[in-house]
Amino acid sequence: MNSYLNQGNKDTRSGFGSGLLHLGKTNPNVVALCSDLTGSLKMNAFADEFSERFFQTGIAEANMIGMAAGLTIGGFIPFTGTFANFSTGRVYDQIRQSIAYSGKNVKICASHAGLTLGEDGATHQILEDIGLMKMLPGMTVISPCDYNQTKAATIAIADYVGPVYLRFGRPKVPNFTSPEKTFQIGEADILTEGSDVTIIANGHLVWEALEAYNYLIANGISAEVINFSTIKPLDIKTLLKSVSKTGKVVTAEEHQRNGGLGDSISQALSLNNPCPIEMVAVNDSFGESGEPAQLLKKYGLDAENIIKAVNKVMKR
Amino acid sequence: MNKSIELIPSQLRRDILRMVHAVQSGHPGGSMGCVEFFVALYFKLLRHVPEPFNMNGKNEDLFFLSNGHISPVLYSVLARSGYFPIEELNTFRKINSRLQGHPTTHDGLPGVRVASGSLGQGMSVAIGAAESKKLSGDKNIVFTLHGDGELQEGQIWEAALYAGAKKIDNLISTIDANGQQIDGSTDDVMPMGNIGAKFSSFGWEVIHLNQGNKLSEVINGIQKAIGRTGNGKPICVIMKTEMGAGVDFMSGTHKWHGIAPNDEQLADALKQLPETLGDYPI
Repeated sequence: MNSYLNQGNKDTRSGFGSGLLHLGKTNPNVVALCSDLTGSLKMNAFADEFSERFFQTGIAEANMIGMAAGLTIGGFIPFTGTFANFSTGRVYDQIRQSIAYSGKNVKICASHAGLTLGEDGATHQILEDIGLMKMLPGMTVISPCDYNQTKAATIAIADYVGPVYLRFGRPKVPNFTSPEKTFQIGEADILTEGSDVTIIANGHLVWEALEAYNYLIANGISAEVINFSTIKPLDIKTLLKSVSKTGKVVTAEEHQRNGGLGDSISQALSLNNPCPIEMVAVNDSFGESGEPAQLLKKYGLDAENIIKAVNKVMKR
Repeated sequence: MNKSIELIPSQLRRDILRMVHAVQSGHPGGSMGCVEFFVALYFKLLRHVPEPFNMNGKNEDLFFLSNGHISPVLYSVLARSGYFPIEELNTFRKINSRLQGHPTTHDGLPGVRVASGSLGQGMSVAIGAAESKKLSGDKNIVFTLHGDGELQEGQIWEAALYAGAKKIDNLISTIDANGQQIDGSTDDVMPMGNIGAKFSSFGWEVIHLNQGNKLSEVINGIQKAIGRTGNGKPICVIMKTEMGAGVDFMSGTHKWHGIAPNDEQLADALKQLPETLGDYPI
């Protein structure tokens, strides 16, 4: 068994809300903007306590992104909040020109990412956001795994100068990382040491990877589970060190295969140390309404599918 | 009015035409039409510090060019008012230049605070900068310029709604109402209706500036707008101009929106524009 215990299910968006409130108290330059989803993003506490530093833009995401770029002029550190779909695809050109190309210190914070948004269905379940964001020059892209790590990442990105995309989700999921651990951008965390296969995951699928680890170890397979919460810049050093031991890789993420974490890992391996890789990801399809666990199962993203991918890669 | 400021527009027009002619690309029409606006702002009304340029612009007025394709006039006025050497105008649109086809912060050109070119984004950025000034107790003003065709972008109206509703009264947005866009007149492409009434209904104070190519009138109009800031409403100045103003064969048509003059046309145009401050060297 791995040593990670669920401290109780919590939603990663609440980790963001808690981190933002902490920043409100500790950093007077942090301001926040939201397009009519303050409750959904758990930004209420910040909005109530620091109302002069909170900007409600109404349902107008393009204007929110532009305003965030403008607020950096004068030295503020804007955090924008809306669903991942409206944080990326809807405002891609605004982010590209006014934030990324202009080098503005904006933190784009995106909730309800991926299939686990659940019942709202495919219109809201964006599975392309990481690809869109990681293609932008200079954009840092982060997808933390649980409440504690999302809170730590929210706090950490305020101290980093440059545009950041921070992705998190809606459902209550296991909270298992240490609340004391600070977040280092660009550093992957080795969660279990192993020698047969490297399992690379981020977001909600890190817990699924740890569940897969428990099954695999009981069946004689030693898996090294690594939490790659930063997709860009990618921690190639940790990747190559692990692969030099295992020589086999499985990636797992709540995103399209095209443009996601597995795609970044595959590229890094192709360039540095080609080895067999299997990808657990959504494969060129939209999602649908359903419960988060049902959706992860139907679209092949749960622990059972990670185990299948490990068995497949072990035969290659 | 100070006589020397009246010498500047002709030189800006020469700069614009020589820049776009040298690389046979760029947008002279809108640039020429807005010359008096830029001279009024940068040589008379803007409280600004060209050197050393400070991105944060604290205790300075800020200007954002939302219709970034008229970069030639922006570059000319920035150089002529001391943001960077006049000789650098010779690098416009060339490889390894800070004077990109559309303005950008990417290469560190003093005087530019955000990239523009993809239309409709500048008002939102300016509102953010205006909120930043309010939050830090900075009493200075934020200015923007937009094309009338640019108002067809939806983001403009998201921004206009916010500015009116949230009383962004340290913002002056000027609309270059030349009635032209790439495909033809705005009336042919997408009739804009009553622009002033639109902004009024969004909670803005609207000022009409009917002679946008007469320097004294532009100074008076913008001064009036400045006098109206701080009264709970953002200010919209609707400035009538002629695209291509200053050269007879370029005036009042969309034809020169994005076309450079050839050698003969350049010579003909320059004959109509006295060299008042000295051309930049090629």
